[in-house]
Amino acid sequence: MSLKKSFVLALSNILYDKMRSILTMLGIIIGVAAVIILVSLMNGMAKMMTDSFAEMGLTTITISTTNRGGSRTIDEEEIYAFRDEHPDLISGVSPTTTISGTVKYQTNSVTTSATGVSEEYATMKSLELQDGRFLQYQEIADYKKVCVIGSYIENELFGFGSALGESIKINGNSYRVVGVLKETEESKSGSADDVIYIPYTTAVRVSRSGTISSYTLTAPNQEIVTTATDALEAMLLEKLGDSDYFRVTNLLSLLDVATEMLDMMQILLVCIAGISLLVGGIGIMNIMLVSVTERTREIGIRKSLGAKGRDIMSQFVIEAGTVSGVGGIFGILLGSVLAIVLGNLLGLTATPSIGAVLLSFSVSVGIGVLFGYLPAKNAAKLNPIEALRHD
Amino acid sequence: MTPLIEFKDIYKIYQMGDSAVHAIDGISMQVYSGEFLAIVGPSGSGKSTCMNIIGCLDVPTKGSYFLDGKDVSHMNDNELAEIRNKKLGFIFQQYNLIPKLTVQQNVELPLLYAGLSEKEQAARAMESLERVGLADKAKNLPSQLSGGQQQRVSIARALAGNPSIILADEPTGALDSKTGKDVLDFLKKLHQEGNTIVLITHDNTIAAQAERVIRVADGKVVYDGIADIRKFAPIAHAGDTEVEQ
Repeated sequence: MSLKKSFVLALSNILYDKMRSILTMLGIIIGVAAVIILVSLMNGMAKMMTDSFAEMGLTTITISTTNRGGSRTIDEEEIYAFRDEHPDLISGVSPTTTISGTVKYQTNSVTTSATGVSEEYATMKSLELQDGRFLQYQEIADYKKVCVIGSYIENELFGFGSALGESIKINGNSYRVVGVLKETEESKSGSADDVIYIPYTTAVRVSRSGTISSYTLTAPNQEIVTTATDALEAMLLEKLGDSDYFRVTNLLSLLDVATEMLDMMQILLVCIAGISLLVGGIGIMNIMLVSVTERTREIGIRKSLGAKGRDIMSQFVIEAGTVSGVGGIFGILLGSVLAIVLGNLLGLTATPSIGAVLLSFSVSVGIGVLFGYLPAKNAAKLNPIEALRHD
Repeated sequence: MTPLIEFKDIYKIYQMGDSAVHAIDGISMQVYSGEFLAIVGPSGSGKSTCMNIIGCLDVPTKGSYFLDGKDVSHMNDNELAEIRNKKLGFIFQQYNLIPKLTVQQNVELPLLYAGLSEKEQAARAMESLERVGLADKAKNLPSQLSGGQQQRVSIARALAGNPSIILADEPTGALDSKTGKDVLDFLKKLHQEGNTIVLITHDNTIAAQAERVIRVADGKVVYDGIADIRKFAPIAHAGDTEVEQ
């Protein structure tokens, strides 16, 4: 019997009792849809994460030290010296000292934080200016009270006016605005537009601690980040004596950890979805067993007309495979639509991957064939005389 | 000339607990190509078992069955299926059409299992339906046809594979007398065209339509001869209750 004809017969069988076929397929439909939705959403999440990490700069390395009364900190000269010794590992250095507080212009005020950085910071973070310029070396050396602000701060304090050249007050001290950054994230609070950069020397002077507790560095490229991190750790361990007093982190290793976690979560979720596929398969087996009993007479007729055991067997296996395959197609369609809808709701780009579609389709057909096998074997074994007598 | 059907001392014994039931208790017979034979007997006489063995649906416990010169009494299930497909055409009391399949698909079934191409299956099924005058119903489902029409479809199915023997098991049992007569007339016509027909029935008047009658009782042949109603009737009626019904 040709495969094509078996298919056509199996399909007409599905159409003959639509209600039952749909109920049989339901388990597979739900299982496949769940796999598609989960895989798509996880892919969307992974993509979003990678994108935002890339935006933050994957070559960035951060050093933070625990301040213990001055003796346990490291001053900027030592970090600059390290860069001069290892230009291949470190390309940019900026001390970072954050002061939080209220920023005022006339009657407008906003609560935010200002970061003390070096003149290299703009290049390291690829900051782009809309107006004016970034901080300059001389201003840093001279403890100047100047600042560069993000578009959110400009909007909040100046409305539609220009901030350039104006003076704003940070915790009571006046700073002259020398530059305004280009808008990157729709000027929302807490975004990359909600920033104020001032010379780090000024920041250290106005902050209570009087020391620099963290540094932002950049490696020349992504490949070197891990090596540079290791070298920095070794240097700091030598200077500070104990690894408890400092922490060197880079986004790349954070990304690795996050990706690993995401992968594990994906495996877990797909396993759960897999269980519903399994239950769907058992549903198919159940219905096929009933179907074999119901169609005993049909099997008897077919055998009397010359069908061999293997003909009956392949008929039932193909039927089960077709039922679950059709269920799989429905599941893929349903899953894809839901994934896109859910993705939009969550703000992810969750498009089902070809791989997930192919995999879940072949798994569903496989499950049908696997779970159709036992009932089919029962059908093939039937004695034609008894089968013909059955009603 | 080799007989088409040859039973050599055939037994079919069923073990029922401690006792052995001899459904067929030593039957020998020969049927030649072109014969129209009726096997008649009341229920429990062994005629159904006889039919099952002739139809290669079952194998004898003892003895040999030669079909067209070939010993089929020790064949396995697959070989028997092949023989049924190539040599036999069944007509059943309950028509035994598959309700989900169209008339044409039903008639195509034996051809499908014979491994014919789809084009050939369709052509031969239509040809066969033409012979029983139901070509116009090819796309209908069996349930859309009358009983007599369904039986004609099953005859078309039996003929489609061009078998050596047409085996009819109570073909008129589910039909009213007029439609039953039409079916019998059609079988006679097939016989005149040279087909070998074995008719299984409990009804003597139907058996009398055949050209030769084998009467079985208690698993044995008690009469084997021409279907002459004068010779045949007294034996037929002896102890036969079903005739009265």
